[in-house]
Amino acid sequence: MPDKSKIVETDRSLYDFRYEENAKDYHREKSGITREIVENISKEKDDPEWMREFRLHCLEIYNRTDMPDWGPDTSGLDMNQIAAYVRHKAKMQSDWEDVPEEIKNTFERLGIPQAERLSLAGVGAQYDSELVYHNLRKEVAETGVVYTDLESAMKGEYEEMIKTHFMKLVPPTDHRYAALHGAVWSGGSFVYVPKGVKVDIPLQSYFRLNAAGAGQFEHTLIIVDEGADLHFIEGCSAPKYNVANLHAGCVELYVAKNAKLRYSTIENWSKNMYNLNTKRAIVEENGIMEWVSGSFGSHVSYLYPTTILHGANSKMEYTGITFSGAGQDLDTGAKVIHQAPNTTSVMASKSIAKDGGIGTFRSSVVINSKAVNSKASVSCDSLMLDSISRADTIPAMDIRTDKADVGHEARIGRISDEAVYYLMSRGIKEADARALIVSGFADSVSKELPLEYAVEMNNLIKLEMNGNM
Amino acid sequence: MAEKGTVLLDVKRVTAGAGEKTILNGLNLKIKTGEIHVIMGPNGAGKSTLGHTIMGSPEYKVQKGHIVYKDTDITKLSADKRAKLGIFMTFQDPIEVPGITLSAFIRNSIHEMTGKPIKIGEFNKKLSAYMDILKMDHSYAQRDLNVGFSGGEKKKAEILQMLMLNPELVILDETDSGLDVDAVRTVSEGVREFVKNGDKALLIITHTTKITEALNVDYTHVLVGGKIVKTGSGKLIDDINAEGFDKYIKVGEN
Repeated sequence: MPDKSKIVETDRSLYDFRYEENAKDYHREKSGITREIVENISKEKDDPEWMREFRLHCLEIYNRTDMPDWGPDTSGLDMNQIAAYVRHKAKMQSDWEDVPEEIKNTFERLGIPQAERLSLAGVGAQYDSELVYHNLRKEVAETGVVYTDLESAMKGEYEEMIKTHFMKLVPPTDHRYAALHGAVWSGGSFVYVPKGVKVDIPLQSYFRLNAAGAGQFEHTLIIVDEGADLHFIEGCSAPKYNVANLHAGCVELYVAKNAKLRYSTIENWSKNMYNLNTKRAIVEENGIMEWVSGSFGSHVSYLYPTTILHGANSKMEYTGITFSGAGQDLDTGAKVIHQAPNTTSVMASKSIAKDGGIGTFRSSVVINSKAVNSKASVSCDSLMLDSISRADTIPAMDIRTDKADVGHEARIGRISDEAVYYLMSRGIKEADARALIVSGFADSVSKELPLEYAVEMNNLIKLEMNGNM
Repeated sequence: MAEKGTVLLDVKRVTAGAGEKTILNGLNLKIKTGEIHVIMGPNGAGKSTLGHTIMGSPEYKVQKGHIVYKDTDITKLSADKRAKLGIFMTFQDPIEVPGITLSAFIRNSIHEMTGKPIKIGEFNKKLSAYMDILKMDHSYAQRDLNVGFSGGEKKKAEILQMLMLNPELVILDETDSGLDVDAVRTVSEGVREFVKNGDKALLIITHTTKITEALNVDYTHVLVGGKIVKTGSGKLIDDINAEGFDKYIKVGEN
């Protein structure tokens, strides 16, 4: 018998590798969350005074807020063991050649520079706590699109814009990790798409957490102005460690009248990661918000992209897939709040659980009394690959008007032996047959992704599936 | 490629079933290259079970006896290994698999079977030619495997896979049931194309026997109670169609 765990380890090498680092090239804050550490981060970043005060305010909220008492167990996460801030001493670059060797090699192995050349309008790359690279194609920059790190944007002409939007959609009082985020946030991207500008190829930010026992707290703030159009892709990965890592990022998306934003995520955190991430969007009249989300990694996830349909006729669509394997408890889903008439929301989720993994789809639909003639539909398909895994669906609905059209469906199934046998009878090995069926199940999500990402997602599925055999 | 007249498949006193239930009862069957065999029998006699037992379905376990294919004992081999040795079976109800097109699936299978990829130009040429024989709209090649195919298109897609994968022993499981006259004719055309050089062997499981009309059947077997109770020439089909199974059922019960 081959050693099963070995296969997984070898195969994960695409994400698990780590280049030799020299500790003296890095600035690492002490572990734990204290006033001193928050002050240090603020000083490191040379924050404007309002930001320094905001961080300290958030710290206070954090200290008096408990962990939510629902959802997966987070007792393995000891905040005293987490280093909130780790950065390479090199400055952020706009040319890959100038990025420090081991960091550049890391991103090259992940295929980021190649993707930038082939199919992206701009790329941001974050390594631990700071951006190491940010670049936007010249022709896109000329249309007035801004794509940069939040720190420098905050000190320039966009300071006011950031001040009026930063952590307004996700206030620090939202939950414990939103407060923590506000106190120690670092890195992330700021995007502004001016009125009427349609960016026809995607922008991508890639987040790599390489340091053991560290936290990543990047903040993504995107403002798509009236009639503008953007596709933003976010990718995340980390090598595996035996200690807990924490990701508590925050994404705030503003979609103006007649604007459209698609936000795609392929998340493959290593399986020692606590992914306690908060994503929220507000959509104005006739605006469209689309979420595409693939969650493969992490030990524990709490992730529910939320959309506030604030303007009449606004729409949101959520397409997500979650794959939970051994030792993973992934609580994912979406939320929507209909606040205006004629708003529409569609959530379609797929969930795959194997080797004792737990996948929970948690959704919430709120239609308030002003949101007449709104439509909401929620569907969730789960596929369990064995009898020791779990798939749950927890839908919540709060409808405050009679004039709304709301639908919900959930299905839970298993891979049929007959289907596996059918494929095997055409010469396909059992493991490949199972992977093929799982890919097929995930197909409605892959179709929503740009080709290269669909390929990556299928590779991730194969990786997860073959580790099984 | 096996020479005409050599024994391809040898089913030796096979007792097999699903779970506790025994369906095949010490069944013997020998098939040589170049031969066309037909299996007939009343419902529940074990016709499909025989086919799936030869193909290697995990649903059926061989409790006694052996299945030998070209000198290899395949009794314990998985279906994919049997497929690689040259066995193919068309399914009564092929599974729908979203996410992979019919064309990509066949290419993938050929790659698996032969261990090397097939050149796309050569592949497409063959695929088009066979689709024409089967009167299949070429757009089906780019549709997801069996997804939303009608019953008839599914059966044609099975025959298309048979032609493309080019196995040596083919089990046709009720390929002609549920098809209209024209579709049966078309599917028969595909099967005739397949056996035209006399270097293949067919085991046809049929209820309606429509598909046998266009083929030169060498042997007809009557399966009752998990056993072959009568073997005759192709002419036996006509007798059965005229008289039914009644007189064989008695034999099977003893």
